Amino acid sequence: MKHTQLRLGYIPLVDAAPLIIAHEIGFAEQEGLTLDLRAAPSWSTLRDLVCLGQIEAAQMLAPVPVAMALGLGGMPTRLDALSVLSVNGNVVGVSTDLGRRMRDAGHLFDFADAAAAGHALIAAAGERLRIGVPFPFSMHAELLYYWLGALGMSAPQSLDVHTVPPPLMAEALAAGEIDAFCVGAPWGSIAVENGVADLLLPTSAIWAFAPEKVLTVRHDWAEANPDLTARLIRAMWRAGRWLADRDNRLTASDILARPDYLNLSSELLERALTGQLVISPRGEHRHTPGFLEFHAGAATFPWRSQAGWMAARLAARTGLDRSGAQRAAQGVFRSDLYRAALAGTLADLPGASEKLEGALAHPTEVASETGTLILHPDRFFDGCVFDPHAR
Amino acid sequence: MPAPLRLQVEAATVLADRGANESDAPDPLEPLASLMSERLSIVVVEKDRDRALLIVDGLRASGDHEIHVISEQAGLARRITEHAPDVVLIDVASPSRDMLEELTLASSPLDRPVAMFVDRSDDSLTRAAIEAGVSAYVVDGLGPGRIKPVLDAAITRFHMFQRMRAELAATKRALEERKIIDRAKGMLMKARGLDEDAAYALLRKTAMAQGKKLVDVAEALVTAAALLS
Repeated sequence: MKHTQLRLGYIPLVDAAPLIIAHEIGFAEQEGLTLDLRAAPSWSTLRDLVCLGQIEAAQMLAPVPVAMALGLGGMPTRLDALSVLSVNGNVVGVSTDLGRRMRDAGHLFDFADAAAAGHALIAAAGERLRIGVPFPFSMHAELLYYWLGALGMSAPQSLDVHTVPPPLMAEALAAGEIDAFCVGAPWGSIAVENGVADLLLPTSAIWAFAPEKVLTVRHDWAEANPDLTARLIRAMWRAGRWLADRDNRLTASDILARPDYLNLSSELLERALTGQLVISPRGEHRHTPGFLEFHAGAATFPWRSQAGWMAARLAARTGLDRSGAQRAAQGVFRSDLYRAALAGTLADLPGASEKLEGALAHPTEVASETGTLILHPDRFFDGCVFDPHAR
Repeated sequence: MPAPLRLQVEAATVLADRGANESDAPDPLEPLASLMSERLSIVVVEKDRDRALLIVDGLRASGDHEIHVISEQAGLARRITEHAPDVVLIDVASPSRDMLEELTLASSPLDRPVAMFVDRSDDSLTRAAIEAGVSAYVVDGLGPGRIKPVLDAAITRFHMFQRMRAELAATKRALEERKIIDRAKGMLMKARGLDEDAAYALLRKTAMAQGKKLVDVAEALVTAAALLS
């Protein structure tokens, strides 16, 4: 097999792990790929680097390629999502001042009940709530709009969701620019360590199985390089499977902690990988199973219905036609390429490429190509179900 | 810094009207419009004062523009909308760049949506800008002909910075290497009773024999000595 070098961009976050592990543990090598990993300073720059062909592939916020297919933001280039790199993994945090008011009003910070946490937050916030997110097109933003919207707080009347780069989030909280934030690991834990925030919820409490980051390439690159595309998908799938093994967590956090990757203490990174979070500057612990998934429950399968959900949400808040948006987003999540790449490997593939999102309350067996596959609960906190074919 | 142009808001309105009205019919505002159309409102987002000044100088040379520099990161999107700029320039390496992306979603009919500059007929200018390290956000309806001189000027200045940054890094590295070689030389002089030239010659001979760089041999010696001491 010809050895090929690929340039891959990422943002230094815990959920960049599949890219870093594929390189460090040799899963890329196994596919004859040499990964040239490049940390990017921002999501917009990472997106532009892929679009302009300066890198071949990137870790990307799941809604970005969907938004681009809808003509929202950025470049007029079509990006494809080849696989989901991670599921869940974000946290909602509030300023210590807001946290104190919520505690005084009786909220328990159980870090699990999204409805109770949302009501407490809305009651304590007063007239307006300002929340920082990393990017306008992100699951962070979509899940906040979904969660607080369902509880009666709507944007822009009483909710401001603003972009604040995670490294500046603590500063923005301290300066009173925002009251709360939704960020990926390790930024929530860093805010807690700096004594500026209490963690209120993992986003998995809002949607139990939400696609978070995807592996993206330019559509025309995927078309022109089917073999490289397949090798890349397989390398990421093996890295995800390795990450899902409990025995590898310590090694994973040590590798991610290195100066050339996240350059942070491995203890801080381990919190997200184990789901054992410290939620307040006073050191309270909470354990969240499934806080961040890289493999289990067909986590990396790019369900077309996930793209459909994001398209419907984006259309609703930007005033686009919903069914047109869903049609445009359909082909962005390339379950076809994912299947082709993993056929004949140990990966078990679901029989369908779409599902009702939010319908599973318990781990559920579904038909797969080799028998049955167990999907994880994917409920929305309000019990609603998203049917990609509903009109 | 010159005083900001008072006519800023009016100028923006005229530009927006012209963008919407493609007809060649005589325009009562024509004299004002042609005067104003040469003048672009540009916001430069840059923390480093010296860098900002150099960029502003470069832009000045490209035409008579109204230029504002924003060095504060907090509330960046709001600060930018206050200036209602035609063009926003920001370093692609700045994490704050993501704050500009929400300007692409105009939240009210009065907002002028801003988009990442991409010439749809040919993305070479955008590519050149990104390679030079600058990204440009341009208000809806502003033609590529008007933006090109501004981008060209910005690209030249950003290239200059990249060169300066690279030179600085190279100088720093050379200094580090010199220090390591000096330490290794000192060790050889002491341990083997050599003079400075002989110590250097020995290092060089070893490096050539092993097909390595002089500094790598020196570093190996320094590391080994630290382990043995």
